[in-house]
Amino acid sequence: MRYALLVCLDESGELNEADAERRYAEFTVFQDEMEARGVLVARERLRPTALATTVRVRDAGLVVADGPFAETKEQIAGFYIIDCADLDEAIEIASRTPGAKHGTIEVRPVWEI
Amino acid sequence: MGDLAAAQAAVADAFRSDWGRVVAYLIRVTGNWDLAEECAQDAFERALERWPRDGVPSSPAAWLKTTARNRALDRLRRSTVGEAKLKDLTMLSTSDDATDGDQSGIEDDRLRLMFTCCHPALPVEAQVALTLRSLAGLTTPEIARAFLVPHETMAKRLTRAKRKIAEARIPYRVPAAHRLGERLRAVLVVIYALFNEGYGASAGDELIRRDLCVEAIRLGRLLAELMPDEPEALGLLSLMLLQDSRRAARVDPDGELVTLENQNRSLWDQAAIAEGCNVLDRAVRLRRPGPYQLQAAIAACHALARSAAETDWHEIAVLYDRLSEIVPTPVVLLNRAVAVAMAEGPAAGLKLVEELEQAGALADYYLLPATRADLVRRLSRYAEAATTYQRALELVPTDAERRFLARRLSELSEERHR
Repeated sequence: MRYALLVCLDESGELNEADAERRYAEFTVFQDEMEARGVLVARERLRPTALATTVRVRDAGLVVADGPFAETKEQIAGFYIIDCADLDEAIEIASRTPGAKHGTIEVRPVWEI
Repeated sequence: MGDLAAAQAAVADAFRSDWGRVVAYLIRVTGNWDLAEECAQDAFERALERWPRDGVPSSPAAWLKTTARNRALDRLRRSTVGEAKLKDLTMLSTSDDATDGDQSGIEDDRLRLMFTCCHPALPVEAQVALTLRSLAGLTTPEIARAFLVPHETMAKRLTRAKRKIAEARIPYRVPAAHRLGERLRAVLVVIYALFNEGYGASAGDELIRRDLCVEAIRLGRLLAELMPDEPEALGLLSLMLLQDSRRAARVDPDGELVTLENQNRSLWDQAAIAEGCNVLDRAVRLRRPGPYQLQAAIAACHALARSAAETDWHEIAVLYDRLSEIVPTPVVLLNRAVAVAMAEGPAAGLKLVEELEQAGALADYYLLPATRADLVRRLSRYAEAATTYQRALELVPTDAERRFLARRLSELSEERHR
């Protein structure tokens, strides 16, 4: 079963160089582990929401707007697609995501077509 | 007792002791909660047909599991999605239980299944409803009444939860010991709901279903032993012991409900009161207050008062204040209004009841008009009391409580002409 792990973080906080390096190292370790375990399908880190554009098509036509879908304290900073046995395993993997320590990981099943 | 009656009694016994096990077994092997419930239901129906004729099997639980599993096999065979599941099903024996790979440290089968049911990826109220339905065999209307929500709301809640289980693939697996804590809250609610269903059976003419109370207290004891540092587990056990200590005085020889104030306190079970207070002391020493501990403390105030007149209503009102800060539910607020009425007089209590009425809370809950009726009676507003009792009578769910309210209503006219 495939799940998306949406990594939601507060992007406003500036990290000093040492912290940024430490966090980067943590993510690398996590990703290596997941790859070794064979559950990682895809992963991407997203640029900040300042660069986000939303697109909608309504009766009046195309509506393009600046900014993310929802203005919240935490934004989606990246995502993983994993393939694992069940929600318990997905939760266990999500709990290892470095982002889980300061942000929130939303676990969503992926439509299986 | 004839063979038929004996066989029916055996089915009833098996329902009480094995319903949850049969359903849990089928959930594990089919992963489908609806199918599990339906096939368990079928197996018990078949037992009602077969056991009177063929005799009660030597192991009713094994017979029920096999029958239910075969039923599930039949049904899966007929559906295409079921084919993948069939292989697992035919390979499984009925002897395996939730114990494989179990690292929960819970020895009791039923308690372990409760923790298994209460998956934290589901909303707490859904965890509770699912557990009561699939393990305790309570019906959806019974569960709806226990939580004061309309039947359709509860049915929807169950459907949504089962859908998430299926579509997000939530496994039915016994949690490891270090993960029990996050499920404790729901398990406590389940056990207390069982106790309450037994203590004031939500429908029909039977006011107390003793077996449910005994089972809830047994589970409460096990939980308190398993988690001696969880103050709310101790609080719940204390609360149930203290409430149960009054059972002999709560219903008179004619089966009529007796209010706390009119109970013969010499019938109260002093051993249960002592144990309840003792457990509450242990909970309080952990210094993490919570709703069960507060409710137990209120029950202890009643239990320790030598007469109704000696009850410390001021203390009880303070405890309800604290309780309503943590859980400001309408029922707690209503009980607080009663305590305030006792401590400060009926007018003060009525003011709080009116606030609840204005908020539109508890519109269909008979105790709201019943409480109002009692308060206006004490303010000598008899005509209003009479119409309000009538309103309560329209809403009351059990026969014993209906008779009680009817009696209050007839006493009212005597009081009026005095």
